[in-house]
Amino acid sequence: MAISKKEVEHVALLARLALSEEEKEKFTKQLSQVLDHAEKIKKLDTSNVFPTSHVIPLRNVFREDKAKPSFSEEKALSNAPEKENQAFKVPKIV
Amino acid sequence: MEYESVIGLEIHTELLTKSKMFCGCSARTFGAKPNTFTCPVCLGLPGSLPVINEKAIEYTLKIALALNCSIPEFTQFHRKNYFYPDMPKNYQISQYDFPLGVEGFLNIEVDGKTRRIGIIRVHLEEDTGKLIHIGGTGRIAEADYSLVDFNRAGIPLVEIVTKPDIRTPEEAKAFMQELRNILLHLGVSDCNMEEGSLRCDANISIRPKNSNLLGTKTEIKNLNSFRALQRGLAYEIERQISLLQSGAQVTQETRHFDAAKNITTVLRTKEEAHDYRYFPEPDLVPMEISRDWINEIKEKLPELPEQRRKRFIETYSLSEYDARILTSSKAMGDFFEECMKSYSNPKSVANWILGEMSAALNEANLGIDECAVTPKHLVELLKLIDKGIISGKIAKAVFSEMFETGKLPQIIVEEKGMVQISDQDALVKIIEQVIAENPSQVEEYKSGKEKVLGFFVGQVMRLTLGKANPQLVNELLRKKLSS
Repeated sequence: MAISKKEVEHVALLARLALSEEEKEKFTKQLSQVLDHAEKIKKLDTSNVFPTSHVIPLRNVFREDKAKPSFSEEKALSNAPEKENQAFKVPKIV
Repeated sequence: MEYESVIGLEIHTELLTKSKMFCGCSARTFGAKPNTFTCPVCLGLPGSLPVINEKAIEYTLKIALALNCSIPEFTQFHRKNYFYPDMPKNYQISQYDFPLGVEGFLNIEVDGKTRRIGIIRVHLEEDTGKLIHIGGTGRIAEADYSLVDFNRAGIPLVEIVTKPDIRTPEEAKAFMQELRNILLHLGVSDCNMEEGSLRCDANISIRPKNSNLLGTKTEIKNLNSFRALQRGLAYEIERQISLLQSGAQVTQETRHFDAAKNITTVLRTKEEAHDYRYFPEPDLVPMEISRDWINEIKEKLPELPEQRRKRFIETYSLSEYDARILTSSKAMGDFFEECMKSYSNPKSVANWILGEMSAALNEANLGIDECAVTPKHLVELLKLIDKGIISGKIAKAVFSEMFETGKLPQIIVEEKGMVQISDQDALVKIIEQVIAENPSQVEEYKSGKEKVLGFFVGQVMRLTLGKANPQLVNELLRKKLSS
C-alpha cells in the first residue's frame, strides 16, 4: 500500500469528509493505486522539463487598476444561509 | 547562562490600489458598511474568474526592489487551501515557491550600529475577510457564532518575511519603522497600523548567547503597533528564558499578544499539521517579469529614506544624526524640505523640528502632517527671530500658541504684544533701575566677578517679561556697569 489508512483519515479530516470504516478501507486501496501509478510516471526523466502548471502558453494576463461598482447590499447577501447585521452568519468556528 | 533571542518577522501590508487584487471592487473599504464591496469574484461564486491587477504587481515589484530583492523571471500564484470562514472560497490566492521577490535585505540602525536584516521573500496575495465573533469576550474561543464581512477579502496584500536575523525587540521595532518609512516613500501603502493596513507577526526563540542552534520557536500574533511589537517580544523573551531556566521546555505554539495586559497568551497549541496543499492557481496564468519592466520600475522608484538621508547631509550640511531623524518619517522630511523652499538656514529649521516641534507633537500624540503648524508657520517664526523682532525665548511661546491655535506667528506677536524690545532708550532706563536697586551685586561685578552679569540680565528680562533683546541687554549692561 502506498498510503496508510491513517493518512487517508488525515486527508479526510483536511477536506472535512466524514468517512465510514468501509469507505476508509476502499479509499485507502483506491488512492494507493493512484499513487502507485504516479510512482510509475515519476520514473520518467523530467530533469529538463519545467513543471507544467498550465497547458496554455499564455503569460501576464492583467487588468487595469480600475474600480467598478460592486453588488448591492441585498444581492451580496442573497446566497447567505443566515445573516445578521449585513454580515454572513457562520457557526462557531472553534 | 546568558541568552539571546532569535527573531524573524512576517509583515503584511495592504496595497493602495484603486481596485481589489483580482476583481474590480474598490479596495478602499475600511470603515464601510459590511459586505458593500463584493462581487462574484471576491465572494468566490461558481463560474467567476479572477484577473490580476497589474498595478498590484508593479507595487509589489517596487517593494521587492526597495528591499534589495532579486526578481525571478518566472512567478505565479498558488492556492492555499484551508477551512476557515474568512475566505468564501476555502482557499486564499497566494504565492508559494515562485514569489515576486527573493533574497533581499534592509539595513537598520540601532544604538549607532548598522545591522543588516535579510529578507527571505516578498510575495503578493489577497487579504481575507473580517470576522466578528459574537458571544463571550469576543474572542474566537468563547464565541457562540461569528459574522463575516467580505469587504476586505481580495484587497491586494503583500507579505514580507525576514530571516531570523533580528536579536532584540529594539531591532524589531527599528526594522518595522524603517520598513514602514520605505513603504510610505514608495507610496504603495498607507501603512496605517491602527486600521490594519500594516500588520506584524513574529517568530521568536531563545538560545544560549553565541550559539548557532535554534531553539523551539513560538509565533506571536497581533503585534500591530511599534509599542506592541517591542513589548510583546520583550514579554515573550522573558517568558521563554524563565521556562528554560526552570528546566522546562518551550512549546511550539501560536500566541496572541494582549495589548491591554502586555502579555502573550496561547492561541493554538497543537501545530495542527498545517497542510495547506498549495497548488498552482489554475484560474490564473503564470507571469514572466521582463528585465525591461524591472528597469522601468527601477527608474521610476522614488527617493528612498537612505538616499534622502545622504542628500540631506550633502545638500543642507546637516549632521548624520539630524538627517537620520528628519528622514525617519516621510512627512517630517517633506516638512523640512517645504521649509527650505522659502528659508535659507537648514540647521535652524532642523533644530526647531527636532526640538520644540517634536516635543509638542509627542505630547499631543500627533504626526507632523496632522498638526496646525505648517512649514509656512515655522518659516515665518524663524524670520521673526532673524529680524530681531522676537527673541528665541519668546519664539517658543509663540510656537506653543500657534501649535494650539494655528494662527500665524506674525499675528500672535502683534495680538499679544510680544515684540522684542530693541529700543535702546527704553532698555537703558530699565537697566539703570536694576543697577540702582542692586548695589551689592554691582560691587561684586566691579570687583571682577563677571558671572554676576547673568543676574542683571535675568532682572532685566523679568522686568520686561522676557521681551528684551538679549544681545542688546548684554551689551548695554556691560557698558553701564563698566562706566
